[in-house]
Amino acid sequence: MPKDSGIGAATRRREDARFLLGSGRYSDDIVLLNQTYAVFARSEVANGIIKTINTSEAEKMPGVIAVFTGDDFVDVGGNPAGWLINSRDGEPMKEPKRPVLAHGKVRHVGDAYAAVIAETEQQARDAAEKINADIMELPAIIDMTSALSGSNYVHDEIETNQCFDWGWIEDNREATDNAIKNAHHVTTLELTNNRLVPNAMEPRCSIADYNAANDDYTLYTTSQNPHLTRLLISAFVLGIPENKLTVVSPDVGGGFGSKIYHYGEEALVLAAAKRIKRPVRWTASRSESFMTDAHGRDHVTKIELALDKDNNFLAFRTETMANVGAYLSNFSTVTPTILHGTLMAGNYSVPNIYVNVKAVFTNTAPVDAYRGAGRPEATYSLERVIDKAALELNLDPIALRRQNFIKSDQFPYVTAAGLNYDVGDYDAIMDRLEHHADIKGFAERKKISEKQGKLRGFGVNSYIEACGIAPSNLIGTLGARVGLYDAATIRVNATGNISVMVGAHSHGQGHETAFPQIVADMLGVDPNNVEIVHGDTSKIPFGMGTYGSRSLAVCGSAIVRGIEKIIAKGKKIAAHMMESTEDNVDFEDGVFSVRGTNKTVSFGDVALKAYIPHNFPIEDIEPGLEETAFYDPQNFTYPAGAYACEVEVDPNTGKVSIERFAAADDFGNIINPMIVEGQVHGGLAQGIGQALLEGCVYNDDGQLISGSYMDYTMPRAADLPSFVVDHTVQTPSTDNPLGVKGCGEAGAIGSPPTVVNAVINALRSAGHDITHIDMPLTPARVWAAMNN
Amino acid sequence: MYNFEFKQPKTISEALNALKSDEAEALAGGQTLIPTMKQRLASPATLVSLSKISEMRGICKNDDGSISIGGGTTHADVAANSNIFPGLVTLAENIGDPAVRNRGTIGGSLANNDPAACYPAAALSAGATIVTDSREISADDFFQGMFETALEESEIILSVRFPVPSLSSYQKFVQPASRFAMVGVFLSKFENETRVAITGASEEGVFRWKEAERALNEDFSEGSITDFVLEPSGMIGDIHASKEYRAHLVKVMTKRAVKSAS
Repeated sequence: MPKDSGIGAATRRREDARFLLGSGRYSDDIVLLNQTYAVFARSEVANGIIKTINTSEAEKMPGVIAVFTGDDFVDVGGNPAGWLINSRDGEPMKEPKRPVLAHGKVRHVGDAYAAVIAETEQQARDAAEKINADIMELPAIIDMTSALSGSNYVHDEIETNQCFDWGWIEDNREATDNAIKNAHHVTTLELTNNRLVPNAMEPRCSIADYNAANDDYTLYTTSQNPHLTRLLISAFVLGIPENKLTVVSPDVGGGFGSKIYHYGEEALVLAAAKRIKRPVRWTASRSESFMTDAHGRDHVTKIELALDKDNNFLAFRTETMANVGAYLSNFSTVTPTILHGTLMAGNYSVPNIYVNVKAVFTNTAPVDAYRGAGRPEATYSLERVIDKAALELNLDPIALRRQNFIKSDQFPYVTAAGLNYDVGDYDAIMDRLEHHADIKGFAERKKISEKQGKLRGFGVNSYIEACGIAPSNLIGTLGARVGLYDAATIRVNATGNISVMVGAHSHGQGHETAFPQIVADMLGVDPNNVEIVHGDTSKIPFGMGTYGSRSLAVCGSAIVRGIEKIIAKGKKIAAHMMESTEDNVDFEDGVFSVRGTNKTVSFGDVALKAYIPHNFPIEDIEPGLEETAFYDPQNFTYPAGAYACEVEVDPNTGKVSIERFAAADDFGNIINPMIVEGQVHGGLAQGIGQALLEGCVYNDDGQLISGSYMDYTMPRAADLPSFVVDHTVQTPSTDNPLGVKGCGEAGAIGSPPTVVNAVINALRSAGHDITHIDMPLTPARVWAAMNN
Repeated sequence: MYNFEFKQPKTISEALNALKSDEAEALAGGQTLIPTMKQRLASPATLVSLSKISEMRGICKNDDGSISIGGGTTHADVAANSNIFPGLVTLAENIGDPAVRNRGTIGGSLANNDPAACYPAAALSAGATIVTDSREISADDFFQGMFETALEESEIILSVRFPVPSLSSYQKFVQPASRFAMVGVFLSKFENETRVAITGASEEGVFRWKEAERALNEDFSEGSITDFVLEPSGMIGDIHASKEYRAHLVKVMTKRAVKSAS
């Protein structure tokens, strides 16, 4: 039975009222007294030597207060990569400095080399145009293959464009090679995972406020993880003591990964605010977002699948070139490796896996985690090569997948790629999918399409992902430079209502609704009496923010642990109030009772007693009712799912339309099914966007051709079908107290191969000998494939 | 955007006067000029808005049966007018989004002559007459290549006079990102002739596909152009479509225009 509040209830999102009424408070809404404006001078060339920068004319322009160049930051640190990856030979990755402002060289179009601070944005912009930079353009390094073979380097000091050459798992390499050499059948596929621009609705914005009286700073910024931003600025870049820097991320209008990272603009406004002793603000234009937000994906991969004569999978072997752009963004080294290579078993029982990833510097914007982060790339390679194998061997793609699924009685299952899948039931998921997909009805629908002159195709996939990256001690051995726990403080106020300060950050995920459902359920209080506080380092405990579908599994678990402490302390107080002992006190539905008696006290009475401790066991416990818990999970969680899609292709134009789409996911236990459904819908829209519409294009000179919405195609409502979403298969995670898994990225991970598989199926059914088309499957590309 | 002076005349003569000042530019619906100015790619010293000139707005039927559309008439107004023939209604109601249609004007679109804009195809196909403050220009003479027209500096389009075809259709294959025409085909069938104008496809801007016109004059059917091959050279090739694909789409969309003409 669906509940109407607490865990499992489809409670409407309370935050939506302010978002929909335009009363949200975003960074750019913040206005500070005496504020000034920063505008950046950005490189128009992809690669060039900065010979001189003359700022004298700009400095004389009206309203100009200060001008900064890279020279102002030579003595501060670089923005680091958060993860150290070693090459196969044990060499550490190449890690060239990423400065606040470009110094010596500009390395991509949009690379900032100077900044003007002025009284108005207009004045700052006028002055930025008067900065006279003599930049000697060099040939751009764009194509990854040429970057690896050439002698023209993005970073001259490292004398290579290869960041690392990573093998996973190196000890499995030989066995995998042998399995492929001796296999009955090997299917090979070369593919590109197209580069994407994140396009959060709210552009990045950073405002710095320096208080000279206390020598402290406040940074308002569009961040998915304010504590991590503070740590990076304090420990690596500017050296501001952590206790002198508050980072506030108020309402944030979408991130999709691009706002995980610390960017140079944040450091610039902080340094400028201190120098001029006034607040300094900057908001990206949409053009700046296109040029400088960390992009996503951009892999070129060759994958091989080896099968025995009975169609059992023997081995997956992949060679990938991963573009990291001009500088290492914070998660850029973990995304194509740990978040990609470890997932190369998919949902399958396969004894041999070897993954080789070469990360390549190019004169393009940095590339980093974007919704799914490594897992979409892994899933796409696997699910495309499996479909191609089914074609080559004339097998039913669903039957081939089912045959090789890890079976429900095999969990926990350690894959050849090193992960320990705790629980799952992939056949049950596929059962649900086949039910919704109405496969029997496909032939009839295909006939109807054909009567209308359209080709119709059916595509399917299955996916596994790993969420809530953990545990800290394991990832430490894999190169992580941070821990990946999270934290929550439960503050029960004297009047019984509750403030929960969390390390996770909500920028569309609905935490303000879902987290109170947990608290309300555990404490037996009205969820409306629970307030979530996030996004302010001066208010919340040190948490790691929101990305990788981790908030519920990790921060939600910290909330559970915190509430358990609250209940334990409440029992002590209640025992005193009822003249009993705490081990005789039960707590249920908001009431403390002495077992075997009719004595009770309410949760609210206990809260009041904690803050007005006139008659209180002060010798045993402290007054107040506030607890903090840090939670470091023991394992990833492993959401899994299977998706099906039917497309129509217009053979005259190559235009693809999605006619049906069904998604069956196992997210473990579900706190709010409505929010889960919304997250899946959003993920599907992004994945379908990648499959059919979105493609970031640099030309050979390194100019960003798709630098605006005139040339970069975002998915629109009319591009999408009505989704059927099913999450009735629920195998609760065994590694967190809520049994939850995470749902934020699933849709974006599972949908691209589903769509491409369906289009290939449609084209082949019309006699076209096509086994692969690279995304996005625009009408032009599909038509070109049909017409060679 | 750079600073500029803004003028909002109420009459055509005031507008013409205002446009005489140095570096003055006329502003119609602003759907191209304003974004260009925001990117600092255009910087007129004076912007003369035509939007308050009531004599430039509106749609009327002339005695000879033709239709006159004021240069300042918005796409939304054209789409909603019952006097307009079917192809032109379809065209107007599929330009951009509601915000664009409520601001953008037919005069602005024709004067700008974007190679992917929709209106040039309608004007050229229907053999419209562009009426300016100083003369009348036939559509065949008006369009002179990408962003080039017969308009003189400071000349304003007051209205556009459309002969009404007995059958018409506009078939647009959208560029996926911008939703401009990747290929747009406007077909107008009159008693004596059929005219086919193509937008979005050519490096020379809007053009008449005369080979198709001749064939359709002989035999107004899809089949009459099935065997035509349009030469890809001269077509636009970009990240959205190759020259070959655009040439192919011209034929596909022309056939659809023939089939759907009403």
